Amino acid sequence: MIDRIPQVAAALVLPVAALVGYIVVAEWILHRLPERARPRVRPWVWIGPALAFVGFFLIAPAIETIFLSLMDATSTNFVGINNYVAVLSDSNVHIAIRNNLFWWIVFFTGFVLIDGLVIAVLADRVRYEGLAKSLIFLPQAISFVAAGTIWKFIYSYQPPGVEQTGTLNAITVFFGGDPQPWLTQAPTNNLLLIIVGVWAWAGFATVILSAALKGVPVELLEAARLDGASETMVFRQIVFPLLLPTITVVATTLVIFALKAFDVVYVMTNGNFDTEVLANRMYKEMFTARNYGRASAVAVLLLTGIVPVLIFNLRRFREQEAIR
Amino acid sequence: MVRSSLARPVAALFVFALLIAACGPSPRAVQGGLGGTVSVLATWGGDEQASFLAMVKPFEDQYGVKVQYEGTRDLNAILSTRVQGGNPPDVAGLPGPGQMSQFAKAGKLIDLGNVLDMNAMKDEYPESFLKLAQVDGKQVGIFIKAALKGPIWYNPKQFTAKGYAVPKTWDELITLSKKIADSGTTPWCIGFESAAASGWPGTDWLEDIVLRQSGPDVYDQWWQGTKKWTSPEIKKAWETFGTIIADPKMVLGGKNAMLATAFGDSGNPLFSNPPRCFLHHQASFITDFFTKANPSIKSGEDFNFFMTPDIDTKYAGAVTGAGDLFGMFKDTPQARALMNYLTTPAAQAIWVKRGGALSPDKKVTEYPDKISSDSAKALTSAKIFRFDASDLMPEAMNAAFWKAILDYTNDPTKLDSILASLDKVQADSYKK
Repeated sequence: MIDRIPQVAAALVLPVAALVGYIVVAEWILHRLPERARPRVRPWVWIGPALAFVGFFLIAPAIETIFLSLMDATSTNFVGINNYVAVLSDSNVHIAIRNNLFWWIVFFTGFVLIDGLVIAVLADRVRYEGLAKSLIFLPQAISFVAAGTIWKFIYSYQPPGVEQTGTLNAITVFFGGDPQPWLTQAPTNNLLLIIVGVWAWAGFATVILSAALKGVPVELLEAARLDGASETMVFRQIVFPLLLPTITVVATTLVIFALKAFDVVYVMTNGNFDTEVLANRMYKEMFTARNYGRASAVAVLLLTGIVPVLIFNLRRFREQEAIR
Repeated sequence: MVRSSLARPVAALFVFALLIAACGPSPRAVQGGLGGTVSVLATWGGDEQASFLAMVKPFEDQYGVKVQYEGTRDLNAILSTRVQGGNPPDVAGLPGPGQMSQFAKAGKLIDLGNVLDMNAMKDEYPESFLKLAQVDGKQVGIFIKAALKGPIWYNPKQFTAKGYAVPKTWDELITLSKKIADSGTTPWCIGFESAAASGWPGTDWLEDIVLRQSGPDVYDQWWQGTKKWTSPEIKKAWETFGTIIADPKMVLGGKNAMLATAFGDSGNPLFSNPPRCFLHHQASFITDFFTKANPSIKSGEDFNFFMTPDIDTKYAGAVTGAGDLFGMFKDTPQARALMNYLTTPAAQAIWVKRGGALSPDKKVTEYPDKISSDSAKALTSAKIFRFDASDLMPEAMNAAFWKAILDYTNDPTKLDSILASLDKVQADSYKK
């Protein structure tokens, strides 16, 4: 391992040296250009490396994926739209699309937002706000695989009469109920998987919404209260509209995550019992079936699902910039 | 602005992590030894990992070679990604013969014909085990551990107390099951849960039934993909399986327990007092799980096995088995030494003695108890021996098989549509 130190050092130093070299050389060339051309060329020189990175790491792979989705399993022959036909006629994919669009986007996004907003607003009014928010934020530090494993214990099931080792079933039995096989019962198992996602993400929404909440001018609130507005009116007519841009940003992040949902499902049910999601489908096509064509086709489906969200996000961003 | 304020601590952490990685344990060359390292990737974790490390310990001491073991339950994905990325481990456990032949055909596996002493191998290993690891006449893999599939575990004390006799035929097995069910206890304990591989314990059932009911020819056509899942023989096997799993009186906790119970835990109610079930179908390695979860029980006294009985007398003495295949991806002196070591009876005896493993090597006799030696005998002296069919199928077929087991357990009335969808996967996954 010691012999790797030079490599590691090189990996750290070389990119920096290359960038510095690039700037020096580019500026040197710029100075040799006619005065009038410089302002037009300079932005491109500075944005060049970033463009190159994005192109190389994001755009090129995306194009490559689209290309691969039109090829066969081993990427040797062109098969046209066959992969899309195969993917879209697969009943597992139908379940996955339903789960991503309905269960994950609607319920995951909705629950996280409501959770985040409620906690942010309530925590704002207590003295132990820091502690409360830290506790809610804590799960964010846990990887999703670990979260899935933890919650698997919570949902674990033993037949009636046998001692229940799962938290949820232990509680159910304590209050006289029958143990439930939470993870194998459709459709509620989807909701229970989403709760794991909500548990892990609520902190994210709380922290951002809470920060936005602190940005609401106190004078506005006081003015409203002096004018006789009730607390609910203050929230609905002043706080909420002011928070809306932040809520939208958080929501789009969550929607994108909902479309990409994978870890929790993979760890807890592997998509069995009607809990399949598109990303897990892609994983299976790629690593189990080793079918590059179909895996890429699923990836392109996911991409087309995410693009509208991205466009919406960009539009909002531009509108806000315009206001400023 | 968030980004720039974070950038410095993140960069510092990054450098720190790299330094730690770079300063990890450095190998020391032991006097007179080979020195260096050999990387091994395999599927074992927990107790099994401990057993493997115990197995290679004498090798490390003797050669001064450090074995860098990495275990993953997702072997297939990790291994194929690393092989594709040009960064394979030196030596790896292979997910199964099907996967092995794909690697071999892509030229990724080293021919062990020049690495191992093939004459000794032919002497010590059953021919069926060597053949399973050959592709185009080349020995590209080798079994270092084996498992007997199809034993049915029972509690001899409870059997005697209740006056139950070990069944000799499948019909007797069903009669016994019904008798137990009528007495008010569920006869079977079954669990199919196994994380991303959930369902596989059921495939072992199906394989045992197909081989004993329709014989080795149908069995071979089935895993080779030339016998459809909707064919009468395979459908009949599912229905035979259904006489047990589709009847809620037959299995402890019914379908919910089968789907939700981890396979390793599912046999434990055999040992509760009073027992909540009397029969458990699982490969030979389950004894390790039994004794770890129930430290007070004794092999032979509290648990014993009989083989899944013959169904059609034409195919009497048919047995299925499986094993852990090893292959070599990089030809280094250390890897060669390790492969040679792992195939010696002395090395395999180490794991065998620790329990939970059988050896494909006939020279290994150091079994810790009668059950293990009986299992090994059943394996190496079977009249008709077949390898675990699902492991021989293409990965996509295997995964669909696992899922079908769960779907069938969940709703046995959907058998026809489940088999039809398996046919679709079959038509698709054997093409390559």
